[in-house]
Amino acid sequence: MTALGDILALLEGDAQADRVVPRTGQAARLSLATSAAMAFLAVFAMALSMASGRLADRWSDALARSSTIRISAPAAELEAQTWAVLTVLEQTPGVESARALTDEEQQALLEPWFGPELPVDDLPIPRLIEVSETAEGYDGDGLRQRLAAEAPGAVLDDHTRWRRPLVEAAGRLRLLGWVSLVLILGATGAMVTLAAQSALAANEQVIRVTRLVGARDSYIARAFVRRFTLRALTGASAGTALGMVAVLLLPGAGDSDSFLTGLGFAGSQWLWPLVIPVLAAITAFIATRVAALRTLRGLQ
Amino acid sequence: MIVMEEAAYGYGTEPLLADLSLQLQPGSFHFLTGPSGAGKTTFLKLCYAELLPTAGRIQLLGVDAAALDRDGVADLRRRIGVVHQDCQFLDHLPTSENIALPLTVSGRATPDQAANLSELVSWVGLKSRAHALPPELSGGERQRAALARAIIMDPDVILADEPTGNVDWDMSLRLLQLLVELNRMGKTVVIATHDLALIRAAKSQVQARVLRIQGGHVTVAGADL
Ligand SMILES: Nc1ncnc2c1ncn2[C@@H]1O[C@H](COP(=O)(O)OP(=O)(O)OP(=O)(O)O)[C@@H](O)[C@H]1O
Ligand SMILES: [Mg+2]
Repeated sequence: MTALGDILALLEGDAQADRVVPRTGQAARLSLATSAAMAFLAVFAMALSMASGRLADRWSDALARSSTIRISAPAAELEAQTWAVLTVLEQTPGVESARALTDEEQQALLEPWFGPELPVDDLPIPRLIEVSETAEGYDGDGLRQRLAAEAPGAVLDDHTRWRRPLVEAAGRLRLLGWVSLVLILGATGAMVTLAAQSALAANEQVIRVTRLVGARDSYIARAFVRRFTLRALTGASAGTALGMVAVLLLPGAGDSDSFLTGLGFAGSQWLWPLVIPVLAAITAFIATRVAALRTLRGLQ
Repeated sequence: MIVMEEAAYGYGTEPLLADLSLQLQPGSFHFLTGPSGAGKTTFLKLCYAELLPTAGRIQLLGVDAAALDRDGVADLRRRIGVVHQDCQFLDHLPTSENIALPLTVSGRATPDQAANLSELVSWVGLKSRAHALPPELSGGERQRAALARAIIMDPDVILADEPTGNVDWDMSLRLLQLLVELNRMGKTVVIATHDLALIRAAKSQVQARVLRIQGGHVTVAGADL
């Protein structure tokens, strides 16, 4: 008696065997409804995980981008201040590299606004320095103070840094989503176990009689396992479908940076919820099988 | 078929049956008798491994009962037909499906056995009651349905616990007749009963041995019957 063989026999079905164990209307409806509710919740937990995952990725991309230092100074001092800033940066822990943009690069940046004919050389355009951080990042306030001392025309623009705690929060939220999924699955397993145990207890006489006429444990267990697995599959499919529709109907907004409006699935992520009914069925299969075999071993 | 060697059984600490040593030969016909509560049902339960001896050894169809695992017990019961004292039906299934239950649970229910089943149902005289649920049957109908279920797997051994327990004399004789016919087909038959008239009636038709359980021991009854 292998688990695989049991699964195959399960899919095959056995109308006769199904009749041997009488149907219990209420237990069936309850386990169906609970599976549906659990799957519905699972869809949201999954949506939460994936949305916060996307957010965390997007924000940490932004974090990885270099910050910039803008030096505005009279043309005569510009060169000297640029050097000063670069020197400061070289000594600043947390700065991976720093580099002044060339005139051509600056012109390319400005081109979308002013056109290609811009005479960069004749204009008092500030010098831009591109700073890339190490993973730890630098101390923004400390750097700002030193820059003020060494190069009064330098302005540090690190507007992305405020997002760092948000990225952490989003990462934590993603983790919580997955933990919720695991908890929901565990609760489903516990629920199915209880329902199966009560069904087994209610059918003790049936089990006794079938044992007496030569039924093996696996045969009796299968009748219960099949029933509960199909119920979990059906209920969870319905719950998942409802959950997906509910997520689909969440009002969206163009700006997907906003957390609430971004709650949902993107592209191929819509396939993920389809795993939920399968997981529910597997959970029910294992829970019922364990409960049934344990109960049977306890009986004569 | 069934061999007991100094086997004993007790539900609690007190032994109910002790020092059972006997052999039931293939094709033999045995009556098991004794007062109510003497242990006839218990004896039969030992014979189909619902109970295991608390001492000694019991061999069923050539295997030590104590050495069987659960699947082994299930397989053994497919070869030993039992008419239980309280019949033991599934009340939600029609009588014909109850009779076919051993086939169903052994995965041997095939369409061509449908003919065999209806033949068997007719043989025990339940053709018109085949679709009734067990609780709707009379006592005698239940006994005959139980007998039909006991023999549907074509077992080597038939154990019948009070098969005539709640039927009138005519019906008792008919049921006895069925069991005698089965014995003539070569099956080993054990009937537990306290109905001495039934045993006397059988004596004219079949070579039967009478085992008497009394005071926890089994003895072969003498000529007092
Ligand atoms: N499961 C059990 N637990 C404890 N005692 C039991 C159990 N089953 C039977 N007994 C006791 O064992 C004794 C023998 O019971 P058993 O059913 O074998 O008697 P019996 O000879 O078949 O009687 P009857 O003719 O009334 O059917 C009785 O005293 C009964 O109360
Ligand atoms: Mg009895």
